[in-house]
Amino acid sequence: MSETLEKPAPKAALSIVGSRPVRPDGADKVTGRAAYGADFNMPGQLVGRVLRSPHAHARIVSIDASKARALPGVKAVITAADFPDLASEELEGGEAAANLRDLSLNVMARGKALYHGHAVAAVAAVSTEIAEAALERIKVTYEVLPHVIDVEAAMSPDAPVLHDHLFTEGLEARPDRPSNIAKKHRFARGDLAEGFAAADVVVEGRYTTKATHQGYIEPHACVAAWGEDGRCDVWSSSQGHFMVRTFCARLLGLDISDVRVTPAEIGGGFGGKTTVYLEPLALALSRASGRPVKMVMSREEVFRATGPTSGGIVRVRLGAKSDGTIVAADVELTYQAGAFPGSPVGAGAMTALACYDIPNFSIVGWDVVTNTPKVAAYRAPGAPISAFGVESAVDELALKLGMDPIALREKNAVKDGTKASYGPTFQNIGYLDTLAAIRESEHWKTPLGPNQGRGVAVGFWFNVGGESTAAVHIGEDGSAAVVTGNPDIGGSRASMAMMAAETLGLPIDKVRPMIADTSSIGYSMLTGGSRVTFATGMAVVQAAEKVTGELCARAAKLWDVPRDQVAWEGGKAVCLDAAKDRAPLSLEALAAQSARTGGPISGQATINAQGAGPGFGVHLCDVEVDPETGQVSVVRYTAAQDVGKAIHPSYVEGQVQGGVAQGVGWALNEEYIFDGEGRMENAGFLDYRMPVASDLPMLDAILVETAPNPRHPFGAKGVGEVPIVPPLAAVANAVRGAIGVRMPDLPISPPKVLAALDAKGG
Amino acid sequence: MSKIHVTTTVNGDPVEFLASPGATLMDALRDDLNLTGTKEGCGSGDCGACSVIVDGRVVCSCLMLAPEAEGRRIETVEGLAQGGHLHPLQQKFLEHAALQCGFCTPGLLMASKALLDANPDPTETEARYWLAGNLCRCTGYDKIIRAVLDAAAELRQERAA
Amino acid sequence: MTQLAYLAPSSAEEAAAALARDGARPLSGGTDLLVQLRAGRTRPAVVVDLKAVAGAIGVREQSGGFVIGAATPGAVLGEHAALSRAWPGVVEGATLIGSTQVQGRASLGGNLCNASPAADGVPALIAARATCVIVGPGGRREAPVESIATGPGQTSLAPGEFVLEFRLPPRPARASDAYLRLIPRTEMDIAVAGAGVNLVLDEGGRVAEAHVAVGAVAPTALLAAEAGRALVGGRLDDAALAGMEAAVRAVCRPISDKRGTAEYRTRIAGVLARRAALIAFERAGGVR
Repeated sequence: MSETLEKPAPKAALSIVGSRPVRPDGADKVTGRAAYGADFNMPGQLVGRVLRSPHAHARIVSIDASKARALPGVKAVITAADFPDLASEELEGGEAAANLRDLSLNVMARGKALYHGHAVAAVAAVSTEIAEAALERIKVTYEVLPHVIDVEAAMSPDAPVLHDHLFTEGLEARPDRPSNIAKKHRFARGDLAEGFAAADVVVEGRYTTKATHQGYIEPHACVAAWGEDGRCDVWSSSQGHFMVRTFCARLLGLDISDVRVTPAEIGGGFGGKTTVYLEPLALALSRASGRPVKMVMSREEVFRATGPTSGGIVRVRLGAKSDGTIVAADVELTYQAGAFPGSPVGAGAMTALACYDIPNFSIVGWDVVTNTPKVAAYRAPGAPISAFGVESAVDELALKLGMDPIALREKNAVKDGTKASYGPTFQNIGYLDTLAAIRESEHWKTPLGPNQGRGVAVGFWFNVGGESTAAVHIGEDGSAAVVTGNPDIGGSRASMAMMAAETLGLPIDKVRPMIADTSSIGYSMLTGGSRVTFATGMAVVQAAEKVTGELCARAAKLWDVPRDQVAWEGGKAVCLDAAKDRAPLSLEALAAQSARTGGPISGQATINAQGAGPGFGVHLCDVEVDPETGQVSVVRYTAAQDVGKAIHPSYVEGQVQGGVAQGVGWALNEEYIFDGEGRMENAGFLDYRMPVASDLPMLDAILVETAPNPRHPFGAKGVGEVPIVPPLAAVANAVRGAIGVRMPDLPISPPKVLAALDAKGG
Repeated sequence: MSKIHVTTTVNGDPVEFLASPGATLMDALRDDLNLTGTKEGCGSGDCGACSVIVDGRVVCSCLMLAPEAEGRRIETVEGLAQGGHLHPLQQKFLEHAALQCGFCTPGLLMASKALLDANPDPTETEARYWLAGNLCRCTGYDKIIRAVLDAAAELRQERAA
Repeated sequence: MTQLAYLAPSSAEEAAAALARDGARPLSGGTDLLVQLRAGRTRPAVVVDLKAVAGAIGVREQSGGFVIGAATPGAVLGEHAALSRAWPGVVEGATLIGSTQVQGRASLGGNLCNASPAADGVPALIAARATCVIVGPGGRREAPVESIATGPGQTSLAPGEFVLEFRLPPRPARASDAYLRLIPRTEMDIAVAGAGVNLVLDEGGRVAEAHVAVGAVAPTALLAAEAGRALVGGRLDDAALAGMEAAVRAVCRPISDKRGTAEYRTRIAGVLARRAALIAFERAGGVR
């Protein structure tokens, strides 16, 4: 069940935005017609397979592929020697930001394998069987090195060092020797010591989370073809085909124009498909073999070799006055980056206190490399980890103060005009309304049963805008094609079509949204950062407005009136000069005459959208704990979110529900488990325990629409990432309520709960 | 070792293919018969994306050797819509926005069809446990369960009419 | 590259002959074998599909008891009303294996002979004092279920031997059973611990006969004979249950691994056995 809280619509009533039409790509996706990464084939294609390091940390002494090459049916074997040895260079690109050298080394190990599963060679052969047999015939000589997985162990001075060139950034003085600590981040305000001195109550805690995987159901897959003319085609499933184009071109030393990438449907990403793994290998194999090459990861490879998010340690100390006013906060974050620098600790630090107006605080973040797969973005990267610590500590504070947890958060809430902990001043935020929505919910007012507990937690995410292109083309019958460059990961085609239809005044079924390849639409940053409905949506609206402007111009021509005497109203060109007595002209009528009035009617818009509008979520979770086994069941869940304006409310609710489910999995069961050799022990869906349908109750979403985003034509804010931020602490706080013991270490597995109950003394 | 000739029925049509003895039914459907609606999410029976119905029972096609399909009656997502009309489950999945990325959807539809064939009036709990072998990472299952229960109600009504 | 052959014999004798070949592996429901094949953990030369063997699939009542074809899918057992009435715990164990999809394929024979210490189908069969009919090149023999698995992935079956069917003894009045397992999620996991309890009550509603078996707490599923004896003679009063729990824990010798610690498994085995005993007692018509 879901409900919507909104103020009266500020402008003309909307007919399509805010409704719930069937998504335009729906029929394809319920009939099996939709083609995902592994569903595409090219004539003559080979099968590509990757040889991966069996060691967590090892020097690659030599690679002898002669026996593999000699196997009939093997068409190519590649290693790092087949790629340019690139210098360090930071590539911009929002959530696709990357260091070029690290990206290259992650795609194919050069000199050293840095984690179990790191690619060291790849083959292309005429069949899967032959490709796999070829992998067994590649002889790699390793010198096994000591490895380090645990983030605190990796920081110790005697830890094995992953990179000899890595000197900690962000310190006052450059350290005199390399270490695994890549960077120190710091945000501060006021005087921490003074703040704590003024506090009546202080709480302190250390909270830990384990590495978790995005868990998309579709493994990475691509087909690549390298033409004899040096022009390449890639078909792949990713969160951004322009990102794939850029990365492949840079890793292989190609011109951007030589690479065309066609987006397949994407079977989930959650941030994990914001980088490349297979595409550069498939291209190199295709170049070496002269044939198209298809590569599909196994589930095990997805776990071992693609980015999870960081495991982390969060130390929190909060000081408050006895009335609940938080006067000081000291937060230290330590995040596992995996094999290369770049954990989301910066975002974790920026979001850690973003819901609170605190005069004195210090937030320090450490980015630490470890012998684990390089982390990739995962839905609000970094924020769930820091929020788990901070929201657990705020819960402790509420208990210590004897204060209602919602009231405590309301007392310290940021509002319009508050300077955010990470810098800017908040405007048009609906956080207090979101807290109120939970306080007023039926769930909050319902008593708990035996062995049950209730937890509250809040969360914040920035949301981003960025660069997008959209085109709107009018057909001769008055229908419209809306073309964008953003893969549709969760129903964005629907919102694009709806915004175009609303702007054009067309029924939704006259608008067909398309996602074009990199040569057929202008550059668009990837689908991530909760940016598509906001930024690409703005581009769509602007493109549609160019079309309506052109339609008005055509009407003016037909009517022989000045252009400024024509307006677009209700899907028709209307003559503003009443004296002219012109009957309004529909889009259909104008389209039918387009050849006579100047040719085809199209509009394109390119933007770099700013002001995405931050989002806040407030979650309420009830759990029931089996006191004899320690098993925790989530029995009720309500999530309220400041969404600005929901373009398609069903898909906004879906984002909220999906984020909650991932967060519950993170809280209760999901984790990377490593053995003593640094090998992941649970690299499959059986033992990497993501929530199944019977693990969850219905997930109630409350969409708060009281603070529409003034920068977006319909008021939309980003919505996809916020909902994974609060659940870790919401669940943990509920468990605290049920058993009376704080569970500071995720996942909150049955043995840990039982041990905590024992320690408490029954 | 030579390939094995398999004769079977897929979505009501007689089909024949040559299977490598180690190939799974999923491999045969996707690679030999071009029925790529059946998805591979794990290859180990843990995600349900490859669910198909064999002789009336829903199974993971990745856990069945292709030669085992000999003489069986196989239903895949491509056969769910009949005569250009979506099955009520497909329609309800769309109406309830029960899919986001859509990758798990074919498997969920086939498992849901098997559920409603076996139990026309499932409770929410029964539906959740029946579908526990179908992982969905996008939706949190809420809208999927609503769609399945709504489709069940519609099918009961159709039958009563 | 090894290519494998696929055979689907229709008689038990042919199956035994095929299985006696080098590199032969039996295929029942395939829900374990196909995973192992794909992961390269087993590379058989020939897969012998037992599902076409006469008697391998189906449930029949015989001499007051039940005969279950070893390759019968779990879902078929769950739908068998008479079997579910007489042996609800055996059926619970069989139908807890995997998902709905896996239930369409997975069998008790495969579950037993895959020899996972955590096999959900096995403890209730052991508690039921079930036997299996084994066919091999040397003919047929019958053996108790607990004698088959000898360690993780290891069985006492000789080359060419396979389990054709299970036999459950006749069921007196006032008798029932139950199986419970613990997994971290609600579905789709391997048991951290499991317990099956089979009770026969006397006319006075006291336990006349009790068998307790546990899974995932030792290299094989175990009959906890002492635990069964602790329940006999009473109506599951708290002292009897406590004695049974202690006896269960005494036989546990689990490992710690990614699925659970040894301490946790031992403790939970006792909890599950107590809960299963209470369910079986109530099903048998007992009143505490």
